[in-house]
Amino acid sequence: MRVTPLLLAVLIPIAAVAADAPPTVQPAELASMLKSGEKPLMIQVGFRVLYTQAHIPGSEYIGPASKPEALQQLRHRLEPLPRTQAIVLYCGCCPWERCPNVNPAWEALHAMAFTNVKVLYIAHNFGKDWVDQGYPVATGEH
Amino acid sequence: MRRPVLLLLAAVLLLGSAKPGAMAPRFALPDLEGRTIDLAAYRGKVVLLDFWATWCAPCRAEIPRLIDLQTKYRNRGVQIIGISLDDDAGAVRDFQREFKMNYPVVIGDAALAKQYGGILGLPVLFVIGRDGRIVRRHDGELDLAKTRRELERLASESARPFTLHGGEGLPELPPAA
Repeated sequence: MRVTPLLLAVLIPIAAVAADAPPTVQPAELASMLKSGEKPLMIQVGFRVLYTQAHIPGSEYIGPASKPEALQQLRHRLEPLPRTQAIVLYCGCCPWERCPNVNPAWEALHAMAFTNVKVLYIAHNFGKDWVDQGYPVATGEH
Repeated sequence: MRRPVLLLLAAVLLLGSAKPGAMAPRFALPDLEGRTIDLAAYRGKVVLLDFWATWCAPCRAEIPRLIDLQTKYRNRGVQIIGISLDDDAGAVRDFQREFKMNYPVVIGDAALAKQYGGILGLPVLFVIGRDGRIVRRHDGELDLAKTRRELERLASESARPFTLHGGEGLPELPPAA
């Protein structure tokens, strides 16, 4: 097959973007990990009212990472940790492609050289893709 | 056997009873100017209750459409009320000013969200009829065509007479948190 320079010019930037996309974990996969006793550090980067109503047990609230103050808090919380720490970021405020919070959070951790970070893939919202699926849920501030 | 029972219990705890046909849970909260917005005061109007946040992309996209709907239907007895789930009221005030929002906005909390059946994603819109009953809940970005059709129909309906005796009175306000 002959690859033209024009095709390469299109494919190379696409590959570069794909390489920078956050690695994801599906809800069923994370639920299964939790059931088996695996405990990554889980950080919710959505909004407090959502967290108070329902969050993944053991996860910590940071706040909407589209806001600089929440990003700052995220960096502050994770700064002392080893860069190999297993971390799962999640939000669930909005459909995946419109969530303003998970990408800034992932980019911040990527920039801090964390190597074992995944983002929970929530297609619609936390209610539909986690709570309604019967996966474990905790309520309240902590 | 135990798991389905636990799931059912969790669902009952998480979700309120704000289903279509049920009375919309009453609330009285200050808006950003400090005026009390009591849902009961809007009985007789068609109310669109919009749960949103300033940083939420689909919410931001639909705010100009809600502003247009408020302008178009204000004289036909339609009132939009925004319930922001932002952590920071200052950001909401700035947003309201910047977007020239023409309807009141209150700051909501988890207790109110639970009363409305759980707000586990944004935005969520409730359409409430003139009789105070929930007509529809819509999760996700506003379906403008559907909402317009619905408002045309609901705005054309006349309000049923409201009586405290013999009819369904105002629902009680929940106890303060």
